[in-house]
Amino acid sequence: MSGFEPRIVAFLCRWCASAGADLAGTNRLAYPPNAIPIRVNCSGRVEPQWVVEALKAGADGVLIGGCHPGDCHYVAGNYKARRRVYLLRKVLAELGIEPERVRLEWVSATEGARFAQVMSDFVAELKRLGPLHGNGGPK
Amino acid sequence: MPETRPRLGVFVCHCGKNIAGTVDVAKVAEIASRFPGVVYATHHEYMCSDPGQALLKRAIKEHRLTGVVVAACSPTMHEETFRRAAEEAGLNPYLLEIANIREQVSWVHSGPAATEKAVRVVRAIAEKVRGNRPLRPAEVGVTRRALVVGGGIAGIQAALDIANAGFEVILVERSPSIGGHMAQLSETFPTLDCSQCILTPKMVEVARHPRIRILAYSEVEEVSGFVGNYRVRIRKKPTYVDPAKCNLCGECAKVCPVRVPNEFDRGLSLRAAIYIPFPQAVPSTYTLDARNCLGLLPLCCGKCAEVCEAKAIDFDMHEEILEEEVGAIVLATGYELYPKEAMAEYGYGTVPDVIDGLEFERLLSASGPTRGEIRRPSDGKIPKEVVFIQCSGSRDPEHHKPYCSKICCMYTAKHALLYRHAVPDGQAYVFYIDIRAGGKDYEEFVNRAMAEERILYIRGKVAKVFREGEKVVVWGVDTLTGRRVEVRADLVVLAQAMVPSPGTEELARKLRVACGGEGFLKEAHPKLRPLEALTAGVFLAGAAQGPKDIPESVAQASGAAAKVVALLSQPKLAHAPEVAEVAEELCSGCGICAPQCPYGAIAVDEVARVNEVLCEGCGTCVAACPSGALTFRNVEDEQVLRMVRAALAEVEGVGV
Ligand code: FES
Repeated sequence: MSGFEPRIVAFLCRWCASAGADLAGTNRLAYPPNAIPIRVNCSGRVEPQWVVEALKAGADGVLIGGCHPGDCHYVAGNYKARRRVYLLRKVLAELGIEPERVRLEWVSATEGARFAQVMSDFVAELKRLGPLHGNGGPK
Repeated sequence: MPETRPRLGVFVCHCGKNIAGTVDVAKVAEIASRFPGVVYATHHEYMCSDPGQALLKRAIKEHRLTGVVVAACSPTMHEETFRRAAEEAGLNPYLLEIANIREQVSWVHSGPAATEKAVRVVRAIAEKVRGNRPLRPAEVGVTRRALVVGGGIAGIQAALDIANAGFEVILVERSPSIGGHMAQLSETFPTLDCSQCILTPKMVEVARHPRIRILAYSEVEEVSGFVGNYRVRIRKKPTYVDPAKCNLCGECAKVCPVRVPNEFDRGLSLRAAIYIPFPQAVPSTYTLDARNCLGLLPLCCGKCAEVCEAKAIDFDMHEEILEEEVGAIVLATGYELYPKEAMAEYGYGTVPDVIDGLEFERLLSASGPTRGEIRRPSDGKIPKEVVFIQCSGSRDPEHHKPYCSKICCMYTAKHALLYRHAVPDGQAYVFYIDIRAGGKDYEEFVNRAMAEERILYIRGKVAKVFREGEKVVVWGVDTLTGRRVEVRADLVVLAQAMVPSPGTEELARKLRVACGGEGFLKEAHPKLRPLEALTAGVFLAGAAQGPKDIPESVAQASGAAAKVVALLSQPKLAHAPEVAEVAEELCSGCGICAPQCPYGAIAVDEVARVNEVLCEGCGTCVAACPSGALTFRNVEDEQVLRMVRAALAEVEGVGV
């Protein structure tokens, strides 16, 4: 599996995870470049269909970054995201896709270091899992 | 999606070396020029500069652009700048989007991979712009009234400035009086002004101000709404004393049989259950503390009411919930000292003659429990040897707080000087790690303390403090000489770390404002927007945002007040138009969406309808709609899916 660089789409809440990613930048905390961030207003805006489409379109993993429980800018969007991701991961498992490929992480606007860590961890995990079947990579 | 063919422009910013030093900006622009719909792509040294903006405006006109991607720093920095520029060039501002290739690319990645990621990010944003529609912000009114939470010096200053600009202010304070910690201080560094003497005129001004309403003994329960239109529920605890009638005779406190530690004196004196925290308290009234009263329900003592000639005491007073509307909120909830009880090395707060800085302030204060004579708590003796320990609980990431509390070097110097004046034959020792005296006249002040006879500054940490007979033994190391030091002191004063006042996080949560890891309120930008929270219409002042001294707190409070005034002076506020919307022909009226909405912005009869002013734009309802009838303006599903594909497609020509 050497040389495999997983592709990741990261849906980041603008109030927390995306701001946390900005802080990682301001503090120059390097992390692997595998994820392309897409900024959304709230993790609650992320539709399961987006995640599925991302996996279909070649992503090896999808990250959803939201605010810590209780801290959602819109009160409870992150709780809804949590439920949706929970169900989605079950469906994915049924389809034979490792549910670990879809991650929901809470990263606050002040947690630049945590954002970098989450990214590094996720990339390492996806490297372990290997390319998602159908991407043309070795499996 | 617009019918006409889009004509996009892509502008890649070098940001000096910040982006161009890592990302091959010319290559990004070159590749971007071949993205679908792109008719113009270029790069420029500083897009946010005047020439950069001029370039943008010119290109919009010359190339008749219908959409723009600026690939630059985070949208939180300059989205507004560029959207304004686009508008000036005749392009609807919502057709411009920022691709963040600095914070999320060039500053964290390197090599060709950084360039490749930049291309993907720009390509995804270009897809978004292709799907964007021109939008117009809805206009909403502004409630021309502000809420200030916290009645310390920062809250007082903010309230006065806002009120003096002509707006009404509600000042909420949790304790019975405004004044905060500043009211407890004896004298202030570096001028040695009497703290009360400079504070109380301001408190009186607040009390008398026709546009300030003080709600003391009150707390914010709940906050809803949005910038310009917040609704606040405030819980006002009963004081059981009518402030209009109370004439401060104090007879009630004399007859009250209860004695409990006096918070204002940091427990160094006792007070009755009915009390006034300090003589100059505002509101100027006694308060009956129901928790410590012998009993109100049923009444089992009632002595205070018997002696109250003014008939001010009303045992039937009830807690009130007040509903108020405000347009802006200032959080000035201040600090508390890190508890001595957390200091294992200094005796866990169990040694009576080991006190914290605020306790020492009370001993120094002419209105304090010892009338300004320095007498130690255990036996009331005048301490002849006093050890001051700086950085107690600060700058100690392993055991306590990692940060510098900023004010301790200064107030310890002040304490040592004031002690020396009060006890001419006394000896002071100051243990310090470093001296940090950045501030006008601060260094000079510390030097004055250091030059004083019988104030010995010892560079080093104190390892242990313990009681031995009548003495408090301090073991430390002088790191300049490498020698062990033992002082057999009579009193030890700990310059405890500053921490956010209790309840800060809870309040922040109610306002959906972030707190940093140490619990201080988080500003929208650490350098450029230090006075505001990320939540629009919420501003920060004083030590709740981070350790600060009085002049800084006052300055920040005035700054926050200026921001509030600017906000409340707008005739109308623009409400972001990027909100949910219903395609009525697709909506089955199932009503799944409505309960998802935290703002009650959706009403469902035949079909769902979104109130675009109430909608804050989280998109939760959109994600829940089973029929695809709910969409999100400029973040439509189709757009996001195209962004996803653009993010993932191969990138040619970067040479990774
Ligand atoms: S706003 Fe961040 S998850 Fe809802």
